[in-house]
Formats: sequence, C-alpha cells, structure tokens
Amino acid sequence: MPRPTALLLAAVALLGLGTAACGSDGTVAPSTTSADFTTVSGEIVVFAASSLTDAFTEIGDAFTAANPDAKVTFSFAASSELVAQIDQGAPADVFASADQKNMTKLTDKSKIAGQPTVFATNMLQIVVEPGNPKGIATVDDLAQRDLVVVTCDPEVPCGKYATQLFTNAGVSVTPKSLEQNVKAVITKVTSGEADAGVVYITDVLAAGDKAAGVDIPADVNVTAEYPIGVTTAAPNAIGAQAFVDFVNSTDGRKILSSFGFGAP
Amino acid sequence: MSLEASIGVQVGTLDLRAELTVADGELLALLGPNGAGKSTALRALAGLRPIHQGHIRVDGAVLDDPTTNTFVPPEQRPIGVVFQDYLLFEHMTVLENVAFGLRARTTPKADARRCAHEWLERVGLASMAQDRPRALSGGQAQRVALARALATDPRVLLLDEPLAALDAGTRAAVRRDLRQHLASFAGMRLLVTHDPVDAYALADRVAVLEGGRIVQSGTLAEVTAHPRSRYVADLVGVNLVSGSVEGGVLHTERGAAVVIADAPNGPAFAVIRPHSLTLTRETPAGASSRNVWEGIITDIDRLGERARVGIEGLLPLTAEITLAALDALALRPGDEVHVAAKATDIEVYPA
Amino acid sequence: MIDERRGGRPPVPVPVFVLAAVATAFFALPLAGLLWRAPWSKAWQYLTADDALTALRLSLVCSLWATAISFVLGVPLAWVLARVDFPGRGVVRALCTLSMVIPPVVGGVALFFALGRRGIVGQYLDQWFGIRLPFTTAGVVVAQTFVAMPFLIITVEAALRQMDRRVEDAARTLGASSWYTFRRVTLPAIRPALIAGGVLAWARALGEFGATITFAGNFPGTTQTLPLAVYLGLETNPEEAIVLSLVLIAISFAVLVGLRDRWFGTGNRAELLA
Repeated sequence: MPRPTALLLAAVALLGLGTAACGSDGTVAPSTTSADFTTVSGEIVVFAASSLTDAFTEIGDAFTAANPDAKVTFSFAASSELVAQIDQGAPADVFASADQKNMTKLTDKSKIAGQPTVFATNMLQIVVEPGNPKGIATVDDLAQRDLVVVTCDPEVPCGKYATQLFTNAGVSVTPKSLEQNVKAVITKVTSGEADAGVVYITDVLAAGDKAAGVDIPADVNVTAEYPIGVTTAAPNAIGAQAFVDFVNSTDGRKILSSFGFGAP
Repeated sequence: MSLEASIGVQVGTLDLRAELTVADGELLALLGPNGAGKSTALRALAGLRPIHQGHIRVDGAVLDDPTTNTFVPPEQRPIGVVFQDYLLFEHMTVLENVAFGLRARTTPKADARRCAHEWLERVGLASMAQDRPRALSGGQAQRVALARALATDPRVLLLDEPLAALDAGTRAAVRRDLRQHLASFAGMRLLVTHDPVDAYALADRVAVLEGGRIVQSGTLAEVTAHPRSRYVADLVGVNLVSGSVEGGVLHTERGAAVVIADAPNGPAFAVIRPHSLTLTRETPAGASSRNVWEGIITDIDRLGERARVGIEGLLPLTAEITLAALDALALRPGDEVHVAAKATDIEVYPA
Repeated sequence: MIDERRGGRPPVPVPVFVLAAVATAFFALPLAGLLWRAPWSKAWQYLTADDALTALRLSLVCSLWATAISFVLGVPLAWVLARVDFPGRGVVRALCTLSMVIPPVVGGVALFFALGRRGIVGQYLDQWFGIRLPFTTAGVVVAQTFVAMPFLIITVEAALRQMDRRVEDAARTLGASSWYTFRRVTLPAIRPALIAGGVLAWARALGEFGATITFAGNFPGTTQTLPLAVYLGLETNPEEAIVLSLVLIAISFAVLVGLRDRWFGTGNRAELLA
C-alpha cells in the first residue's frame, strides 16, 4: 500500500506538471519564421460563429489540401462566447464573427490585428416544416395568433435581426420562445413544436429536407455581415493571415456561396 | 381459551416444525440456542412471517392456516410483542410511543393519551412521558416497550429476548421488575430466550427448541432433571449419552458401551455427572462393576478448587476432578487417560 | 485541558487535511472569482430590474413545484425500489435515475419526443385535452422535475434500505396498517433523507438550464427562469449575468447552510440512519 504522503506528493506533482504543460502549450512559437507566405505550416486555431460550422469545415479541408504542412483547428460557438474567450486569453489565431457588434468588442480592445474584413453576408428566411403545412407566405402571416412562432433572443444577433425584420415589415409578432441560438429555433420547428421560426438562409439550407424556407422580400429583409480578422496575440500569425486570405479568395467564396452565404 | 400453534416454516437451512400451546394465564418460555428457530416462531405467531404448514389459533380463532388460505395480518391479531431491542419509535415521545397502538386503532387522541399515561404510571415512568426514547436506560426502554404492547389490550403477549440487550449489571434488577409487570398481565405469554435463568425466573413452563424441533417441554425442574438434548445437558452441566439399552448395557451409535445398574431394553438417555468420574493414567485394577473408557485429554479448565477435563474418545466426556488429583496425575492436554464411573452413579431413562 | 494524544480525538492526518483544503479551495475560488468581478455599484439596479425579478420569481415557483412533484411521485418510487423485489428492478432504477447522467439538453429533446406536440403521449394531450407543455410554465416544471427527481429517489431509497425494518414490524404488531405505518413510522424515520433529498432536488431544479431551454423554450414571464436569463445575459451584459448568478448562488447557499444546521446538525438524526 503506498504511503499517503507519497500519494499526496504524486498528486501535487501532477498538478504542477499540468500547469507547466498548459503554459508551454499556450506560448509555443510558430515553428516557421520564413516570410514566404506560400509555405504555411503549424496549427491554426480558428474561432468561428456557429452558423459557419459547415462552411468553414469545408474551407478548412480545402485549405489544408492546399497547405499540407498546416493544420486547422476550429472552435465553433456563439460569437459572444468566443469574444469572451479571446478576451480571457484563449489562444485563437483567427476570429470570424456572425455580426459586426461582437467583432467591434475585440477591435475596441485592440485584440484584432489590423482592420477586419467582411467575407460573407447572410439573409433571414422563415423556416417552416417541410411542405409548409400552415401555408405561411409572408412575414405578415407570422402575426396570426394561433401560430407558434419562435425566434432567437434579441440578446443574440439572429434575434436582434428578427426584431429588426418585424419592424421593417411593420408586423407585431409575439414569439412563444426566444431561443438562445439558431440551431435551437430549427430544432423547435423540425420537431413540430413550433410552426415557424426566423433564421438565416444558410441554416434552412443546412437543415436539408427536415425543414423548408419561405423567402423574405429584400426590402424588409436584414443583411447580416460576417467579419473576419487575425488576433493580435495570434501564436501563428502567418498561418492565420493565410487562412483569412483563403476565405476571401475565389475558392473560399465559392464554398461559402454553396452553403447559402452571400458575397460582401 | 388458549394459544395453539403448529408452526411449519422453512427459511434457508432452518426447517422449523414446532407445536406450541399456551394456556390462559400461563407463561411459556421458548428456550433454545441461537439459530434454533425461536425468533422465526415468534415472528410467525405475530403474523410477520406466514407459515407454510400447520395452523395458529388464539381462543379458537384461526389466525394462520395455509390449507384454508387464512392469514390474519399482524395489525389485526390480538397479539402484542416486546422486541429484543425494544424498537421504540425514536421520533416520538415516550407517551406517543405508548399511545401509538391506540391511535393506529383510531382511538381519539385525548383518550389514547390518557390511557397511555395510565400505562406509564403503572410501569413507573409517568415522569418521562415527554422524553424521547433516546433518554431512557435499557430497563426503562423495556418498560416502555411493555406498556406500548399492553396498551392495546392484547390476548397474547410475545417477548423476544427481553433481557438480552441489557448489560449484566442491570439484568438481574430488570428481570425482577419484568417478573412483577408480567404477573399483572392475565393473558397468554410466550417468552423467547436463550438464557435458562430468564426461563427459571419468569416462566411457568419451558419448551426447548433445538434445530427447529421442540425437543423437550415441561417445568424447568422436569426438563433439567432429565435432559433430552445436548443443549439442555450443557446448560445443566452434565454428560448426556444417548443409545440403546440391551441387557443392562447402553450402546452408543459410535460403539461405546456403558454398563448401567438397571433399565428396560430400548432407546434411552444416560446422564453421567462430571464429578462422578475418576481419571487414572493406568488401567484401574479389579473393580468389575466399573465402567472404564479410554480417551485423550482435549482441554483442562481450572475452576476454583476443581478442574473440568474434556476427554475425546469413543465416548466423549467431561470429567470434574479436584486440583489435587489433577496435580497428582500431572495431566496435560494430549495425554491418554482412563475414565472410570460406577454403574450406580449413572442415571438412565427411556428416550 | 484535553491531551489529544491520550484522551482526545485522533488528529486529522496531514495529507487528508491538505487534500481537503485543496478541495475546499476548488469550490471556493470560482465563487470568489464571481464576487471579485461583480459590479457592486450597479448590483441593486440589476437586481431590481423587472426582468430579473420576473425570472427570479418564476425560478422559485417552478423549482418548488418540481420539488413537490418529486416528493409525490419520487418517494413512492423509492419505496418500491427499496422494498419490493421484482424482476427488472435494477433496470427500473437505472431508468429512473438516467436523467442525472444524460446531458440535460438531450433530456429536453427526449421530453419533446414524449410530451411535445408530436410526442408519444404529447400528441394525445394536445388532441384530447388541448394541453401543450412546450413554451409553458408547466413545461418548465416538467423539465425541472425530470432532472431533479432522481436526486430525491436515490437519497430516499438508500435511507429506506438502511433503516431498521423491524421498527415497521413493531408498528404492525401494535395494530397499524401498512399505510399508517408508512406515514407515521417509515417517513419520520427517514426524515433526514427526505430533507436532504428534497433540498438536493430543489437545488438541481433551481439551477436547471439545458432541459428547460430545450423543452420549454425561453420567454420572459412564462419560461425564462433565472439560469436562462443569466445565460442570455452573458451575450450582451455580462455584468448583469454575474449579479443574477450571485442571487441564485446566495439563495441556494442560504438554504443549504440553514438546513444543515437545523436538520443534519448534531448527528442524532444521522445515527438513526446508520
């Protein structure tokens, strides 16, 4: 039987080692110092809004195919959560936000190197069950009292845009629930709990045949702008810039458009 | 008016088949070693364990009979129980404990409390009515348990080892107390105990339960005068030999022969008192009327002026000799000895 | 003076003490972090905001309902699990405590499939009675009960298994029916476990987030409990979120500390269970 003191020492040693390992991980320098941007290598950590999940995963694959020495690691979450994490020192190289407001939070604190660029846009769409059983055709239809409508909470971008949409269209809609993100809205509709929701076009597309979209006329619709930028503290600044350039390239745009995103 | 029970219960390795009868006003002690089935019998009588064979009747009313599919649940039996650890309800006051049975039978609260108070006065604990059971001594807890069981006015009172939970110092006093309180209850009483002192002090009659069977019953004097089981023989402190008599010799199953004075042929028990035995190292010369057995000493217990010597052989025996004799023979465990007994010192009675 | 080496209690072994201290710090530090970052000057203003008060009231009401339902359904279930020997008991126990280990969000989705408008049972609730649980306060209570009740069940079942059943036998021989015995003897005997289990279940219900937001949605006044308000507050106003979390922590902490002294305190009750 090991002596308790020995166990304790082992535990303390483990804790110490753990912290040391974490520290070195976070401060490791990019292995390449070459100015030649065509030779991108090392790990590139990309923090991206959850609505970009599918599109960026594909872009990541295309990017690493072109740069075999590089490895792209994604962290998808709500833009605001990612902002909080970067603010607390998370080792992100690139940040792609679903709105300007969250990007501004970082640029205000000089956490983004240079000026972020808008790489994509998104529009709102009404999401309904396949076949549109309730026959919803316009934003005005959402005001029907027997209709269960859900939107995002106004505290998150998609909810803010939905509120803006209702104002633009001059309709008074009372949602049954204000969801924490777009995926939750989609789930409520695909599971049949809600009759309709307001989400981004890209999300309706991503839901495939489990949901259908009803277009919203451009004159009342809201355009969401997606900015991207390299962080000031990027451990792999060269790789980060290469990734941002790739997103803005023709190849990148093509992938984004295949997922429903609009050009800036 | 009586309790008549023929209890057949099989639990694990225990096969209990016991006939019990308790007359009105009588106190029967069910005496036996641990694992003999005493508690199982008590639980069967109380209705806490249905019997598999037999019947239980109180004053002629059937409480349990598997053949007619009759089973009266415990709460409907006219039977009160004092359990081994008393099992008082810790979250209630002493008074509430005693009133519990009446309250459960929907007696109005005030009446139940008045009656409970009378019972507490009777057992001399009225001053502790508002205390929690935790505050009671073992003897006091026993009196509360008794009052609680009797407050519902049962016909039969069962007591499960009521003195076993007490330390030796208080046991005698509590036993005297219990005897006095039990005397005031006129119904049928059954006491389960492993201690013959309890049976002697409290019971009118004793039934000895061993290995799930009643092996002997009668007054304690009758039972101890003629032991019919190893358990009773050990309690009394005598050697019990069972076998078959043929022409003045009792033959045991293992093949030992015991010469006896006189007894009719047939199965019989023989009691050989330890102090009637003598030990020698050599074969005793002459004395043809004597029994002589060979054996090996297994253990020696010194008790004051005397020593008890355990001997293993064809006929296992315990002998009691003086310390002087022990020292003279210089006996030690493992030594071979000859054990002698006069035929006239051996008491024989039919099995 | 008590000489510890001779008469007193054995001293706490040093490694045990050190590890216990580490464990305490592990729990205390995050709380200290919240207190450190809390915007104390604006706290009162956040607390008395209508939204916060509405969410707080809804949280208290729903968590108390969830606790009450857990008692009504959970105690009998615990009794059956502890006392009735039936085939598949282990499976039933696992089933009824599963919601402790599955991610709450999954639990919320599962509740959809069971009680939602298209659910196994929910479709009939809707068709026959017009009852719809999602997006209602009742839905919040259902979600909270789903995740909270297991805490009560396992605590009460353990206590029932540990209690001396002969006390129940004693009650039966005194003329008490099994129902009377259950109410007057069994339940009081396991009172510490009922309180502990109830508090655990209530605390779990109060902090419930995942199943609630998934199954019941989020709307101020009907389904937005305090944890939901805190989560969404983090998006735009982290300061307010911190203040609201502290309110949640303060309430739970006060109840846990208060009950501990009162009911678990001197150990007398605990002896009963031992």
